[in-house]
Amino acid sequence: MKIAIPVDEKDKGASVCVSFGRAPYFFIYDTETKESSFIENSAAKNTGGAGVKAAQIIIDSKADALLTPRCGENAAEAIEAADIKIYKTQSMNAEENIDNFMNDKLSLLDEIHAGFHGHGGN
Amino acid sequence: MKVVVLSGKGGTGKTLVSVNLAALTKESVYIDCDVEEPNGHLFFKPEDIHEEEIGIKIPIVSNEMCNGCRQCVNFCKFNALVYIKDKLIIFDDLCHSCGGCVMLCPENALTEKEKVIGKVEKGLWESVKVHTGILNTGEASGIPIIHNLLKDNKEIGGAMTFIDCPPGSACIVMDSIKDADYCILVAEPTLFGVHNLNMVYELVKLFEKPFGVVLNKCLEEENPAEKFCLNRKIKILGRIPFDNELGNLNSNGEIAVKKNEKYKQIFSNLLDSVIKEVQNETTTHSKR
Repeated sequence: MKIAIPVDEKDKGASVCVSFGRAPYFFIYDTETKESSFIENSAAKNTGGAGVKAAQIIIDSKADALLTPRCGENAAEAIEAADIKIYKTQSMNAEENIDNFMNDKLSLLDEIHAGFHGHGGN
Repeated sequence: MKVVVLSGKGGTGKTLVSVNLAALTKESVYIDCDVEEPNGHLFFKPEDIHEEEIGIKIPIVSNEMCNGCRQCVNFCKFNALVYIKDKLIIFDDLCHSCGGCVMLCPENALTEKEKVIGKVEKGLWESVKVHTGILNTGEASGIPIIHNLLKDNKEIGGAMTFIDCPPGSACIVMDSIKDADYCILVAEPTLFGVHNLNMVYELVKLFEKPFGVVLNKCLEEENPAEKFCLNRKIKILGRIPFDNELGNLNSNGEIAVKKNEKYKQIFSNLLDSVIKEVQNETTTHSKR
C-alpha cells in the first residue's frame, strides 16, 4: 500500500509539515516495494482552495492512506470520497510516523477543522 | 451625485457620517454596502420594506456526460472542482461563480444552478430611501450584492446618494467606490487610525477619486490623523468631537441630527463642505 505525508523538505529525514494543503512536498512511501518518492505540492501557493487541490494531488498519487497532523473539511471530504484513510501523525519525523503506522500505532484523524479560507493559517 | 463614505477599519464612524448626512438631505438615498454587518437600518428603521433575494450561479455536473478530461479542474483558480474515482465533485463554497468551467467543458457536462447568498432590502425613512445589502453568514463574497445595490442606483438618477462602505480597502470596497463622484474618508485620532487612513487614502488616489477627510472622535489633544492630512495637503471636511452624548445617541440607534441641535449643526456644516467640494470638482475636472 501507498502512504502519503505532507513534509517540509524533499528529504527522507524530513519533518512533517503542520499544514496539509500548504505543505511544500508530499512524501510517498510504498510499503510493498519500500520505495519512496516526493511530489511537489503545486497547491501550496494557491490563494484559495489549497486543501482541495492538495487532496487531488494525493488522490492522483494513488495513495491508500494519508498521515497528517491536521486536515481541513473540504480536503477531508475529497480524500474520504476517494476511500483514502486519514491518520493523525504523532511526532515530527516523517519516517517515524511510517514505522508507527506499520505497527498500527496511529489512530484515525477525528478532528477535522473548518478550514482557514484566507483568514490566517497561511 | 454619489458620495461614498469609507475607512480603513470598522468602528471609525462610516455609518455615523453617512446616516446623518443622508438624514439631513431631502429625498436622498442611503445605501449600506457593508453587507457583512449592515447597521444603517438600525438608525433609520425603514418602513415599507421590499426584499429581493440575491443569487449567484454555480456549476452542476452531469457525471454521465463528463469524460474526465479535467479541463475544468485545471482551469479553476479557486480549486472548487476535483476529479475523484471517475467523478467530478464541486465545492460550492469555494466557487467564485466566474462561469469559466461551464464555458470550457468540451462535453457540455457542466451547467449552472442558482445559489442564494443574501438579499437586498429597500425601505423608506421620511423622504430617504434606505437600501441595505445583507450577505448570508459563511458566504465567500458579498460583491454580487453590492453590484445589485449599485446597479439599481443608476436607475435612481440624480438623487443625492450616500454609500456606506465595508471597512478596509479590499475588492469589496473597490466595487463600492467605482462609480463615486466623491469619497469621504473617516479617520480616528490615533497612530493606528493614521495607518488605516493611509490604506483608503492610497485606494482613492489609485482610483483617481476626489476626496476629503472627516476627523472623528476628536479630543483637545494632538491628532495624528490631522497631522497626516496637513502634511499631504488633504482637504479636512469637518471634525466630530469625541463625547458621551453622541456616543449614547449612537448606541441607542438614534439619528444624532434629529435629536440634538449641536450635532445637526456639525453635520450640516460637513454636508455644506462636501457639496462645495463636489461642485468645485465638477467645474475643474468636468471631463472626468
